[in-house]
Amino acid sequence: MKAVLRLAALSAWSRRLTLGLTLIAIALAVTLLLAVERIRVDARQSFTQAVSGVDLVVGARTGGVQLMLHAVFHAGTASNNITWDSYRAIATHPAVDWALPLSLGDSHRGFAVLGTSADYFAHFRHGDKEELRFRDGKAFTGVFEAVLGSEVARGLGYRLGDAITLSHGLVERGAEHGDKPFRVTGILAPTGTPVDRTVHVSLESITALHLDWVGGAPLPGVTIPAEFVAKFDLRPKEITAALVGLKQRSDVFRMQRFINQYRGEALLAVMPGVALDELWQSVAMVERTLLAISALVVLVGLAGLAATLLAGLNERRRELAILRALGAGPGQIFVMLTAEGALVTAAGAALGLILLTLGSGLAAPWLLERFGIVLATRLPGSQELALIGAVITTGLLASLVPGWRAWRMSLADGLTPRN
Amino acid sequence: MGMSALRIADLVFRWPRQAENCLEIPLLELAAGERVFLHGPSGSGKSSLLGLLGGVAVPQAGAIELLGTSITQLGGRARDRFRADHIGFLFQQFNLLPWLSALDNVLLPCTFSSRRRDRAGPSPRAEAERLLGHLDLAPATWHEPAGELSVGQQQRVAAARALIGRPEILIADEPTSALDAERQQIFIDLLLQESAAVGATLVFVSHDRRLAGHFDRIVALDDINRVTRELAA
Repeated sequence: MKAVLRLAALSAWSRRLTLGLTLIAIALAVTLLLAVERIRVDARQSFTQAVSGVDLVVGARTGGVQLMLHAVFHAGTASNNITWDSYRAIATHPAVDWALPLSLGDSHRGFAVLGTSADYFAHFRHGDKEELRFRDGKAFTGVFEAVLGSEVARGLGYRLGDAITLSHGLVERGAEHGDKPFRVTGILAPTGTPVDRTVHVSLESITALHLDWVGGAPLPGVTIPAEFVAKFDLRPKEITAALVGLKQRSDVFRMQRFINQYRGEALLAVMPGVALDELWQSVAMVERTLLAISALVVLVGLAGLAATLLAGLNERRRELAILRALGAGPGQIFVMLTAEGALVTAAGAALGLILLTLGSGLAAPWLLERFGIVLATRLPGSQELALIGAVITTGLLASLVPGWRAWRMSLADGLTPRN
Repeated sequence: MGMSALRIADLVFRWPRQAENCLEIPLLELAAGERVFLHGPSGSGKSSLLGLLGGVAVPQAGAIELLGTSITQLGGRARDRFRADHIGFLFQQFNLLPWLSALDNVLLPCTFSSRRRDRAGPSPRAEAERLLGHLDLAPATWHEPAGELSVGQQQRVAAARALIGRPEILIADEPTSALDAERQQIFIDLLLQESAAVGATLVFVSHDRRLAGHFDRIVALDDINRVTRELAA
């Protein structure tokens, strides 16, 4: 049997161009299939890991998914802000253990700037209830001080004490707040969440930046130099959203009702898990469609393999008759043909996996930047292995067709192929 | 007279899905070591007879005995094994695997039959090289892919392959039709000499009666096959 498989391999090698093209088609199809699956899994993982221990996310009334995406992932824009008074009403509610105000809207060279309180570093949790850790330095204490996420520091090469200037809005080339530079007081350890890509400053700093601004643009003819901002009342009037932790989780529905029915303004409170479920439900259809399409592409590739083997069979009739004359049984001829197909499929799947690894290495920074998805470079997970197994099984089944045909042929042809 | 190498009795054969019988042979017997020229024009059922002798086709009726074994009573796998162990085949053309080296082509019977491997001596590879050398094939060509050799060289590689492991029966089907007249006779003499050296019974099949000169015996398929005779009548 070993000799037969060796012959099959040598024979396949002699037809390497045709089979190579088929193999590449299968490899690309497998890459597509695995990429869809990996992005699906990693996107869920990234989103689920991004926030932990938060009972409610609060913002102006909008969609739950939209609020979640904006407050936690800094994606999209908030429709409205909420007033500081509303925030105080929630933060001081007896059921509330802690509340973190979030003020978004500025950026630094493509990275989101988050105005918050120093409590953020004490209460924010990600992954499996992990705390934020400082790799260098400490939290901000005053205005114009900034704490950088690990990606911001690494990507832009910042160190403690460096001065950075912020931009208004999320576009990279927005109007600069160049007159009010920030000093880096701390750099966080990597978390694999949007925190890594965020510049953290105090709410007072955000207010100070916009003292001489009105309605999203600098007031013409008015500039308030950085050294004078301390003379102003820097308490924020508005924030974008808030993260709330409760003393008892059982109060979550009562608190949610309190916020959703708050009379001062139209507010929305969502439980992060519920909002994420809602998000998954809305993308599940797309995911399934993508997976189905890539499965079809794989099937097309394998059908191409079966067609290539079948088409080659007529030219190989002589070869098969020679092997028969030398003592090969119809069973061995069948095994040769089927093994060839299975070999090409397996090699295609392996190449697909390599392409996926290379491709995900190249695409990972882009996915992280654009979508906050952490695409891990890792060995295939059980789901991916199951997909690869399914591909190879299907390839084997597809190869049974030329195998069966060669078997029939070798029985009918005798020692001299008849056409 | 020793044990017969081949004995066919009351044979009837037709290919699947064909109405007419292709072969009806009442009797054909060849002695061990005999070198026989089997003459048959195309369409006389030559290929069918070779298929039956090789055990890749099965007759509807009758018996085929090779070396005292009734191969018609063997199962499919056992017939394949019998063929690999005891019969060396030599075909008209394209009878090598073009992507395999000349030497590996010669060694092929030893990969399908442990008996042929054992009979090829302690080193089948050395035996293959000996045969190729004996058939006047330069060592430089031994490791070339068979498909890149000339027709004459290919034919000698094929002969070495049929001879390796000293099979008791050698069946050659028009092995010289691709060669020019002068080379034909040289090749036939070589084949007669080598089959005598390994003590094989040689069945040489051809439509060209002019080649029959040096054989022990000439058998015309038309004479022994009743189907053709009836059609001819």
